[in-house]
Amino acid sequence: MQVQTHVDINSEWGIVAARQAGRKLAREIGFGSVDQARITTAISELARNIYLYANKGQIYIEEVSNANKRGVKITAIDQGPGIKDVRKVMEDGFTTSGGLGAGLPGVRRLMDDFTIDSEVNNGTTISAIKWLR
Amino acid sequence: MNANISHIIFKHKESIIDQWLEEIPKFRTEDSLQNITDAMYENTNREFVDKLLSTVKNQTNDHADLVPFTERLIQLGWPLNYITRGLQEFRKITVATLSKSETDYNDSIELLQEIENWIDEIVNLLVNEYSGSWENTVFLQKMALKELSAPLIPVVDKISVMPLIGTIDTERAKHIMENLLTGVIEHRAEVVLIDITGVPVVDTMVAHHIIQASEAVRLVGAKCILVGIRPEIAQTIVNLGINLNKFPTKSTLKKGIETALEMTKRQIVEMEG
Repeated sequence: MQVQTHVDINSEWGIVAARQAGRKLAREIGFGSVDQARITTAISELARNIYLYANKGQIYIEEVSNANKRGVKITAIDQGPGIKDVRKVMEDGFTTSGGLGAGLPGVRRLMDDFTIDSEVNNGTTISAIKWLR
Repeated sequence: MNANISHIIFKHKESIIDQWLEEIPKFRTEDSLQNITDAMYENTNREFVDKLLSTVKNQTNDHADLVPFTERLIQLGWPLNYITRGLQEFRKITVATLSKSETDYNDSIELLQEIENWIDEIVNLLVNEYSGSWENTVFLQKMALKELSAPLIPVVDKISVMPLIGTIDTERAKHIMENLLTGVIEHRAEVVLIDITGVPVVDTMVAHHIIQASEAVRLVGAKCILVGIRPEIAQTIVNLGINLNKFPTKSTLKKGIETALEMTKRQIVEMEG
């Protein structure tokens, strides 16, 4: 059976809740402490982006598996303003909020698979998978 | 309440109480209610139903005398859910009993309305008391959290430590910055060690706040050392591509203090003899 947890992000406390849910699942699947920290940090970045740019959205955390490996999949969905230039936000140091601009490119490096889908005025969906080695 | 109706309810008091006490245990599913003794459980239930029926005598809808009892229920940790279901059950039983035995009041809308009003007032009072107590708890915990938020501790002359514990949100980050700067001036610190051993996740926002704080500390003429970086945190910081090379970083507070002493041209010497 595959578990899916879903956390609503509408305040900074939602970020904490999503992070804790992610850490719990990662630990259950058997990720080591370094990968647990990677997964939690990635969730934190994605959840914070939702809170910062779209005000509200959802984080889904689930176990995934293919032929011979298991992993954690994080999906971040919002109906916010969307991203104008996806290529640009994936560059290190690009920011519109005065932050470090390391969030999204960082998440891509923290996780194994990464997809981003965004439409201006229609929201953003990002999913990222970390496979258990 | 209408004197006539309260009289009728009073007449059937015993039967209502007995039925209610029989029905109510089926809601006793919550953990907090399973852990108390049966005697205690029954006594409190009986007291509850007695209190309820005593409010029938009130001509007005003022049930202030229920407040102390509610406070006790809250302290005992009885869930609100159980209490409201208990009240609904109580209403059901009262209506059923009265409509069965009092032919005058058979299907009487007046009777129903009176009972509805009566129970609704009590539900409102209980919900108010419960939510008030929750709000109070949340407020107190917020204050407690703020108090242990970010102390700047002078360790030796010119060296101070700020241990950070728990999640850093925007509000705490502001608080940290303020404490850091006022503390640096107040303690005349030259080196400040920021210890992040107790921070569970260092994401770009937390890193950004730390960088900003250290920059502000530099502006008031002191230096920052970041200590307590756990191996997994070091790896995530590298993955995120965060540049922390503007200030020295150390794995433990002990090493940080050694560096801080060096920076202020001092060292720890063991005494002979």
